[in-house]
Amino acid sequence: MQTNKSKNSSATPKAAFYNRAEVRSVVFQVIVFLGLAYFFYTIYNNTMTNMEARGIRTGFGFMSQAAGFDILLSLIPFEATDSYGRTFFVGLLNTLLVSAISIVFATLLGFLVGVSRLSSNWLVAKVATVFVETFRNIPLLLQIFFWYFAVLATLPGVRDSISVADSIFVNVRGLSVPKIVWSDGAGIVFYALLAAIAGAFFLSRWARKRQENTGQPFPTLWATLGLIIGLPLLTFLIAGSPASVEVPKLQGFGFKGGMTLIPELVALTVALSVYTAAFIAEAVRAGVQSVSHGQVEAAAALGLPHAKVLRFVTIPQALRVIVPPLNSQYQNLIKNSSLAMAIGYPDLVAVFMGSTLNQVGQAVEIVFMTMMVYLFINLTLSMFMNWYNARIKLVER
Amino acid sequence: MDNTFTPIEARKPPSSAIGPIAWMKESLFSSPVNTLLTVFFAYIIIRFIPPVLDWAFISANWVGTTQDECTKSGACWIFIKQWSGQLLYGSYPEELRWRVNLALIGLVAVVVMQFFLPQHLRRRVGWVSLLVYPLISIWLMYGGLGLETVSTDKWGGFSLNILLAFAGILMSLPIGIIWALGRQSQMPFVKVVCISSIELFRGVPLITILFMGSVMLPLFFPAGVQLDKLMRAFIAITLFQSAYMAEVIRGGLQAIPKGQVEAANSLGLGYWKTMRLIVLPQALKISIPNIVNTFIALFKDTTLVLIIGLFEILSTIQAALQNSNWLGGHHIEGYVFVAFVFWVFCYTMSRISVHIEQKLNTGHSRS
Repeated sequence: MQTNKSKNSSATPKAAFYNRAEVRSVVFQVIVFLGLAYFFYTIYNNTMTNMEARGIRTGFGFMSQAAGFDILLSLIPFEATDSYGRTFFVGLLNTLLVSAISIVFATLLGFLVGVSRLSSNWLVAKVATVFVETFRNIPLLLQIFFWYFAVLATLPGVRDSISVADSIFVNVRGLSVPKIVWSDGAGIVFYALLAAIAGAFFLSRWARKRQENTGQPFPTLWATLGLIIGLPLLTFLIAGSPASVEVPKLQGFGFKGGMTLIPELVALTVALSVYTAAFIAEAVRAGVQSVSHGQVEAAAALGLPHAKVLRFVTIPQALRVIVPPLNSQYQNLIKNSSLAMAIGYPDLVAVFMGSTLNQVGQAVEIVFMTMMVYLFINLTLSMFMNWYNARIKLVER
Repeated sequence: MDNTFTPIEARKPPSSAIGPIAWMKESLFSSPVNTLLTVFFAYIIIRFIPPVLDWAFISANWVGTTQDECTKSGACWIFIKQWSGQLLYGSYPEELRWRVNLALIGLVAVVVMQFFLPQHLRRRVGWVSLLVYPLISIWLMYGGLGLETVSTDKWGGFSLNILLAFAGILMSLPIGIIWALGRQSQMPFVKVVCISSIELFRGVPLITILFMGSVMLPLFFPAGVQLDKLMRAFIAITLFQSAYMAEVIRGGLQAIPKGQVEAANSLGLGYWKTMRLIVLPQALKISIPNIVNTFIALFKDTTLVLIIGLFEILSTIQAALQNSNWLGGHHIEGYVFVAFVFWVFCYTMSRISVHIEQKLNTGHSRS
């Protein structure tokens, strides 16, 4: 290439210096770099002058000062005397909590609705369509307000709670459910669970290898399920059932015992799950429809029963189309969980960017930290989903 | 004797194969499980739909002006009726609302022009109108030059949602195009800058960007420069939307075969001419359905500006629910109304997007 070029250049007139692509590229990039450098330098200067004028401190020293406010819900022990740094982790854990619960529900509901849209039952398909078209086209914030202010706020008071089997109670203060209390010696059940998961992993590897070598199938699904559920259960019984169920009981003005989910959490979970489920349902429908009809017919012609056609032919191929949009829906859900602030659920944005920022006033540090957290969570999730996507994608020669 | 062959008239299919009964058998009761599902959903529909219709229409209160006139058991639509001006225009002065109307009508006209003008006019008038319309509408909304000034804290209601969403999409289009082109660029520095801007603004929630706009932006400007709240929200929305727009346009750019660029290069076109005349017209055309989809998402997201204290439709309804004359708990009416308004707009636009997609599809397959 290089030699060719130089040979030709003697024959044809050489492009002017300033017209050569490489030169232009370098010049252009230098201009962009200088422009950006000037831009950021100005911003930095202005910010410094402004902060000095307003008496705002810089740096992360505030993280160790006492916060002085209470937080409605905290997964780790928190008191008003704890530091601002701790408010960050309390908020972060609350964000992760509501996101994790909602992702599970949204996925289940989304798959159910998506498959229902393709049902041969006309009524079921129509109901699923109405579900999707309704919840997809209404702003999420409005749905959160609806569940929180219009539905949950009209529930009966504590004394007239709606109860299910005298163990689950719904009232205006939230949802009270029974809690499992682990007593001494429960640790062994946990270890048994870990052992079972490891065992299931090696079992499925062995089973796959055997099928590749000998062609003999092994009921991997049932065996691993049995192992993961059976082994901990067995140790639990042998260890003498080191756990008890604590049912919430009405005492005075509230419920004692059990676990109480605050209405903010319930409203946010319901709204996020339903809204995201509508989008997941569309992705699932598109995925299932992308599997060509011939595939299913061919599988049927080979004599595979309906369940096996689904498991070995339809689902693996549909998943390839479903996983990428599913990934972006999960990311959207995590980002949308920040709407918690509007109803006062103490998530990262509400606690750290709301209360802490209000008291400390160090906008630059706090906004930057919060943004980085969301970026980090989303990139991690994205990496995991990309790994999963690579695992299930079509192996081509 | 007539010996010509007369075929026997074809028999009708048996009644078990056509008609409503057969349809029901096929699509409602084809198996025990399906029968069970049909009965279950039919029960739910019969149990819940009539009371809802009764609440919304039959025993609803339509006539009157105060809360006390809501005597019937159904919905109190008087509440919505009394607040409808606020819900659409916010606190915009009542005698000047014609200016908002004019801006909205102009908006519709500009959008319609993009699709229905004859081809030779669309090229010129279409683009010019997109550039001129924002200036005219800002003049109409804000005033000056002979019109009475209306400060932006008076803007509000649903018109604010519409204008914010449209301004956001219009502003994010050029930025998104530049970021998308930069992402595909051969220049490493430009590429890194564009990728990090896109990933930064796409990876964080809109709320954090709105916060950035409301608490950090004022620090970025030299002392003395005052940015009003609406402007800060608009900048935040534009940055957020540009990142999404860039990804949508990248999708369009990637769908254009490489031969197009190579052909343009061999004709002697430079980079910008190749992009402007060959690649972008095709890429933008196939991105239109996705641009409409991001517009729908943005439109729904404009409700978030209530968190930084702008009076769009949802915060207007929140304020109305707190009003001392209307403390009767009209939450459901309020939210159902706002939900209905958004639903109508978003559903219509999503239908339009599907329609455009189908129209473009045929265009592509013929060529």
